[in-house]
Amino acid sequence: MGPEIGERWLRAIAMLPDRLAAHLGVAAAAIGLAILVSVPTVMLLVARPRLRAGVLAGAAVIQTVPALALLALFYPLLLAIGGITQRVAGFGVPALGLLPSLLALALYALLPLVRGGADGLASVPAETLDAADGIGMTRRQRLVHVELPLAAPIVMGGLRVAAVWTIGAATLATTVGQKSLGDLIFAGLQIEDWALVVTGCLAAAFLAIIVDMALWRVETGLAERAWGKCLLGLGLLVALVTGVVGWYAAEQAPQAAGQRPVVIGAKSFSEQYILAELIAERLRAQGIPVTIRSGLGSVIAFRALAAGDIDVYVDYTGTLWDNALGNKVPAPRRLMLQSLRAELPRRFKVEIAASLGFENAYALAMRRADADRLGIDTLADLATAAPRLALASDTEFQSRLEWRALQAAYGLKFRRLTSYTPTLMVRALTSGEADVMTAFSSDGRIAADNLKLLTDPRGALPAYDAVLLIGPRRPDLKAKLAGLEGKIPVEAMREANWQVDRDDNKRTTQQAAAWLAARTR
Amino acid sequence: MIAVPALEYRDVSVRRGGTAIVDGVSLVIPAGSFVALTGASGAGKTTLLRLANRMVRADSGSVLGFGTDVADGEAADLRRGIGYASQGVGLFPHWTVAENIAAVPWLLRHAPQRRAARVAELLDLVELPRGFADRYPRQLSGGQASRVGLARALAAAPRLLLLDEPFGALDPETRVSLADKVAGLHADHGLTTLMVTHDLADALTRVERVIVCDAGRIVADGTPADLVASDHPAVRALVAAPLEQAEKLAALRRPDRAG
Repeated sequence: MGPEIGERWLRAIAMLPDRLAAHLGVAAAAIGLAILVSVPTVMLLVARPRLRAGVLAGAAVIQTVPALALLALFYPLLLAIGGITQRVAGFGVPALGLLPSLLALALYALLPLVRGGADGLASVPAETLDAADGIGMTRRQRLVHVELPLAAPIVMGGLRVAAVWTIGAATLATTVGQKSLGDLIFAGLQIEDWALVVTGCLAAAFLAIIVDMALWRVETGLAERAWGKCLLGLGLLVALVTGVVGWYAAEQAPQAAGQRPVVIGAKSFSEQYILAELIAERLRAQGIPVTIRSGLGSVIAFRALAAGDIDVYVDYTGTLWDNALGNKVPAPRRLMLQSLRAELPRRFKVEIAASLGFENAYALAMRRADADRLGIDTLADLATAAPRLALASDTEFQSRLEWRALQAAYGLKFRRLTSYTPTLMVRALTSGEADVMTAFSSDGRIAADNLKLLTDPRGALPAYDAVLLIGPRRPDLKAKLAGLEGKIPVEAMREANWQVDRDDNKRTTQQAAAWLAARTR
Repeated sequence: MIAVPALEYRDVSVRRGGTAIVDGVSLVIPAGSFVALTGASGAGKTTLLRLANRMVRADSGSVLGFGTDVADGEAADLRRGIGYASQGVGLFPHWTVAENIAAVPWLLRHAPQRRAARVAELLDLVELPRGFADRYPRQLSGGQASRVGLARALAAAPRLLLLDEPFGALDPETRVSLADKVAGLHADHGLTTLMVTHDLADALTRVERVIVCDAGRIVADGTPADLVASDHPAVRALVAAPLEQAEKLAALRRPDRAG
């Protein structure tokens, strides 16, 4: 295990440079934008002190919105704005990636900046201002030579808070498709690769500390009027940002000069990471440059595809049936797939390139030994035994349509219902605390823990067949990926998921993808 | 030829929210005079002073400084030509004593060497050691800060000096020594000095003319002797206060109360 763990750290560190650069770039741009907005805002507050309470309250309200939600909200907002500009001016607005991250993070940084500026200027004593006026300083001279220097410690305090917050919050930009250190953290959390999580967190913390120290230099330099110190701090910041971002830009330039690489999307769970790597490898083998945007929110992924922000990703028929087509009542498997094949191109210019051959559906699972002993193969069999059994569910199952559908179709009534986080749910079942658990049919633990999935003879549970979706920008990909049709049996997907999810002899998503690819030829 | 007065107020009024803070005041202050403006709080004395360097603008009437309407031209230019020191002193805390003193010459773009020479001269004038030049205001006592404030007001050699309760926050001993200093500077430099004070002892013992304000109007204007003889109720109240204090002090000295 020793060399293998070393390899995980090396891989995490190899992921660092371009994430670090992108992270620093987006955070610096957001702070810059926030400063551009807060300077006139502070000047307005100085001229119109009555507006102060209102403006600060507004900034505080923004602050109470969790950063994750703020980022997510910008996506539909920009999509709507893009729709309008497209109609009015003939060009769209990118709704994924840099723009929503920049806007959300800048909004988030406004409060400490505006408050620091307003409080700083308000802290200048009245008699000092009176003296400045009395000796004949102009408004501008008073501002530059008296008010700003005296306000500087509080203003800089606000700037330091804003910088540290923004660098921390920029990890969340991953969820709207902006490359950042969050890529490591989100992927690592999902596949329980702590080397990735720790590397991402440490890098973000390290960046925040360096920037804070540089700003602190500037602050103390201003306070002591030691311009050398100020310049040192500023120089450090400028060198850091231009160096890292410049390197990144140079790195990206050859790509930008040619065709835009195909953008492969992935939601934030192991199977999605593995399939994204599988698609990436397949396209690279055909000489097509690719990048992966992983960690996308479930709803965002489809919209991003339809908007052309990503070009290809894997989704599930049951999800699309609800999220994309807006159907609230499940349909039989074949009908669902047929309507999706017909409706998605018509309504969204999105094509299904391939149905991969497995499904990742909600299901109920039991320990194989128990199921065999009780003679339970199907959900109908389970119904008779259920009053003596305990169900362990994930936290959302009991509020989902699937649970109501099961109750309606089979009249399931359990002795006890308990909800758990996913890891604890499995433990409840394996330890005998529960007898039945909710599961996803492609989950790797099913084979590994010797569980039995119960079949659904009455078709109560909607199908979640994995399908490969192609967005409107790259219709040519359909032909290039059609070869995956029916190539991934559920057993193979389970095994690949298990290679990534298990604790011993854990594999990287690339390794699992390579293993899976070898079985699709 | 009649000399142009240093300050002339022509039927000046200043209103704030319906009440007149200065109510139709006309006043002539000849060049070279030392005038104290006094009165109860809110009587309008500070506003009257601040009209002279346009820190307050007249709502009606006009104020002339050496024959020119102060409303003409830039306020900043006007103020650079007038010495100004106020009760809070208002030294710039991030500037050294030298930088504070040389503030107006710096605004007037005097050369650094000329400024440095002027700072040394002024430190001598207000009787502070030259070594104080590099100190910051936080390192000064109240009296020292007031001296620096006075030096700053005089730095560009103004003809008119406006002092708004310049020693208000100081202990009595320092007050007296600084008041004497100002009186000496006034005489030596041929200044016209207008000083707001609520301390009648300042007003009566050092100046040649005392103006008493009440509710935005001038209720008495004359020599200290005229003032003590006045029977205007506001002036009598003003004069009564220090007299009562003196009587109380005298009572304390009686043998049966001592001990």
